[in-house]
Amino acid sequence: MDVNLGAIAPELVLVAAAAVIILMDAFLPRGLPRAAVLPLALLGLAVSAVVTIPLLQHSGTSFSGAISVDPYAIYFKLLFIIAAALVLLASASFLEDVARYRSEFVGLLLLATTALMLLAAASDLITIYIALEMSGLSIAFLSAWNKRDVRSTEAGLKYFLLSAMSSAVLLYGMAIIYGLTGQLQLSAIARELTTSPNAALFLGMTMLLAGFGFKISAVPFQMWTPDVYEGAPTVVTAYLSVASKSAGFAVLIRVLMTALPAERADWSVLIAVLALATMTVGNIVALVQSNMKRMLAYSSIAQAGYVLVGVAAASPRSISAVLFYLLAYTATNLAAFIAVIAITRYVGSERIRDFRGLHHRAPGLAFALAVALLSLAGLPPFVGFFAKLYIFWAAAEGGLLWLVLVAMINSAISLYYYAQVIHDMYLVSAAEPAPGGAAPPPRPVPAVVSLGIALTGVLLLGVFSGTFFSFQNVAAAALAR
Amino acid sequence: MTYDTGPLPALLNIAIWLPVAGAILIAIIPGNVDRVARWIAAITSLAVLCIALYLLAVLGVLAPFGSSVSVTSPWSPHFVTNLPWLQQLNVHYAVGLDGLSGPMFLLNALLVFLAVVISWNTTLRTREYFALVLVLETAVAGVFSSLDLFLFFLFWELELIPMYLLIGIWGGERRENAAMKFILYTIAGSAFMLVGIIILYLSAPARSFDMMYLSAQQFAPGVQAVVWVLLFIGFAVKVPIFPFHTWLPDAHTEAPTAMSVLLAGVLLKMGAYGLIRMNVGILPDATRDYAMTLAVLAVINILYGALVAMMQTDLKRVIANSSISHMGYVILGASALTPIGLEGAVFQMFTHGTITGLLFMVVGLVYDRTHTRRIADLGGLAARMPIVTIVFVIAALASLGLPGLSGFVAEFLVFIGSFPRWGVGTILGVITIAITAGYMLWLVERVFWGPEKPQWQHLGDASAREIMAISALVLVIVLVGVFPGLLGTMISSAMAPLAARY
Repeated sequence: MDVNLGAIAPELVLVAAAAVIILMDAFLPRGLPRAAVLPLALLGLAVSAVVTIPLLQHSGTSFSGAISVDPYAIYFKLLFIIAAALVLLASASFLEDVARYRSEFVGLLLLATTALMLLAAASDLITIYIALEMSGLSIAFLSAWNKRDVRSTEAGLKYFLLSAMSSAVLLYGMAIIYGLTGQLQLSAIARELTTSPNAALFLGMTMLLAGFGFKISAVPFQMWTPDVYEGAPTVVTAYLSVASKSAGFAVLIRVLMTALPAERADWSVLIAVLALATMTVGNIVALVQSNMKRMLAYSSIAQAGYVLVGVAAASPRSISAVLFYLLAYTATNLAAFIAVIAITRYVGSERIRDFRGLHHRAPGLAFALAVALLSLAGLPPFVGFFAKLYIFWAAAEGGLLWLVLVAMINSAISLYYYAQVIHDMYLVSAAEPAPGGAAPPPRPVPAVVSLGIALTGVLLLGVFSGTFFSFQNVAAAALAR
Repeated sequence: MTYDTGPLPALLNIAIWLPVAGAILIAIIPGNVDRVARWIAAITSLAVLCIALYLLAVLGVLAPFGSSVSVTSPWSPHFVTNLPWLQQLNVHYAVGLDGLSGPMFLLNALLVFLAVVISWNTTLRTREYFALVLVLETAVAGVFSSLDLFLFFLFWELELIPMYLLIGIWGGERRENAAMKFILYTIAGSAFMLVGIIILYLSAPARSFDMMYLSAQQFAPGVQAVVWVLLFIGFAVKVPIFPFHTWLPDAHTEAPTAMSVLLAGVLLKMGAYGLIRMNVGILPDATRDYAMTLAVLAVINILYGALVAMMQTDLKRVIANSSISHMGYVILGASALTPIGLEGAVFQMFTHGTITGLLFMVVGLVYDRTHTRRIADLGGLAARMPIVTIVFVIAALASLGLPGLSGFVAEFLVFIGSFPRWGVGTILGVITIAITAGYMLWLVERVFWGPEKPQWQHLGDASAREIMAISALVLVIVLVGVFPGLLGTMISSAMAPLAARY
């Protein structure tokens, strides 16, 4: 039993930070001062990142193969830390109404991040399950944070129930795999599965896909997404849409590539079909949305479909492209959601129609949202253009040209509903006077910083993607070993 | 691929990127900057125009000698910059000009400058307007000067949003509908184009987007056929070729004057440019197979566009449909695959840009004063605005191909080039000139001649600024009509090696 705490040092740091924040708030006579919570959390994230980087030197597994330390896991850990930091900064400005429970919120977010980091590093079925459950619980609580809002409570309950159900299916699939191989560790499973695939294996694989499919909002496991995205506090939605989805992809890819490489022909087809369904359903239903958060929810579903195209191709190049896409998607979606938070507070409504004339009243916010939406649509010079092209190229190389054509058509369709928002913000003037008066929206510093960082990523990551693609390549290659 | 050293490649890069720098400058200057914004736009586009003229002059001298870039490709660009950019996909930042893209580059620079001059008095959201026009200029300049397919596609997509906003915010009554139609048609077409590009990239012996390299390869006939159709769909939407043309009348009519000039003058040429550069240039076997289809569609464009133009009651819609008709000549010349036919096609691209640009400008002047585009309401304007009338007549005569003006040279070359191959089609094209004369001269008669109408008594003629803009185009039209060799040498030197493949 090799216990190597260094392998999970990043997670331990975050758990410690969460514990410090929550316990100090509980036991200090007047609670933790409000102003101290965010800096403590950011400090915890920073230390965690600093501890993660040296792990790049090592490669291998620990805890009897339950946790693996490789560039793939480290890439995702850093991604989650960045996402959590940006979300925390945004929440500082936009979550004052829950000031009494601020430390619990922050602590829970840190614990969710810990769970997702574990999920990306898990290389053993049980560890995957534990991490999945831990993240599911945290996110369910975070989604229900607005206690007095019925939609928030509904969101939390829906997420919790569906998460539990999908975890049950996942566990059944894991049980079948264990029954067939007698192994829990992913690479050991691959070694044992040398016999030709049979129905039981196929069933187990499908159930695994179903369980992970919930996490990544793939069709037909996506029904929770619009309601939870709409009901949860938007900062939680932002986190959920980027970090939780990325973690789902991380573990899905790791399981497929490490435990089931021999069955590639089978699951590649399955994933391609999932990709097709996800893209199409996401885009088509998004066309008719009138609520901004729901529209972004369906857009997230569609984006997951594009990522699945890359997963279906299952080559090192396509996995690199997927990793880059998740980074691009994190920056873009965070920018979109933070802009949406500010806009909805300013305008007082979540309906897209009420964004009319925003260009005059809040040009900066309108620009930020427009840039994020155009990046999601895949227009240059934003990162979304490059990210999509990398995936499509890699998928075409992998022989999935038909899927790429469908994806491109879907991308063209998606421009319509993104352009609708831009149309309302830029082309139309507001008919009635603004509810908030003619005053410009407030600019709280943490939110501005967060939005600025995300936007910079959207603007620059694509054009300069050549320079740092090597990290993604190394990470993808680590998986192939 | 080799570097061209010296200041000229740097000049080309400046000409491509200066407008975006100008746009950023306009965007970030604080305060009420309407006047400053248009001056920045004017100076920037004038600088780009001067650089473009200089580069074209050098190109006119250099073109007949080819360049040392590649011996197996039919293309020989000059002023080449080639820098590795995205190694993951072997994408290079490669730009350059040759006899095909040079005139288009100049056309873009010229028309954007004149568009800025024409829209000088825009009062609604001036800052955004001029910033977007400059971004558009960079995008189109990039499309014409790209030597790398990825870069080409990037610039192609880049022009969508500025054009959407320009039509949608500053356009006419049904502008939002027209803008959305424009952007959805174009992006759907480019979806197919991208798949074609991907297939090309994967089918080449060494994975590359380099146009020179790809044009020197032999692709399997099956691959060529598929890629040809995919690329064709993307370009056909832009040219536009029947039946993908339905976005054009709405977009041209609802766009503000300067944007109609740019749409008709420059953006349509992007599609034809792509057809010649890629379909004809990289896929010879498939082009031979599909040449007949192309010719048939071209003739449909010519005839159908002219006949529909005849029936219009809206002044701008007549010009818009005449645009479809004249782009048909481009496709007819290109489908002939003879040196003269191809040369005529590229010539027609340039001349159509100037002539239709001029037509839209004059129509815009009329509309600014009368605030109506209904032909029935107009009439007898010659007495009030003699200069505008003279220029419109010149433009109309150029449009129907009067010798001495540039339209004649282009159409003549197209007919000479395509008659050996498509006799019937050419005859139909020539007959359509009569129809063109019909609707153009009829239009002049209804709008400008005739008795004065009381409601137009108060109108004034063109101002000095407007006279400057329209006479610049008249000068170009006459100059190219009398001295076609100015452009003809470089165009034929680029088209000859291409036609040699056929």
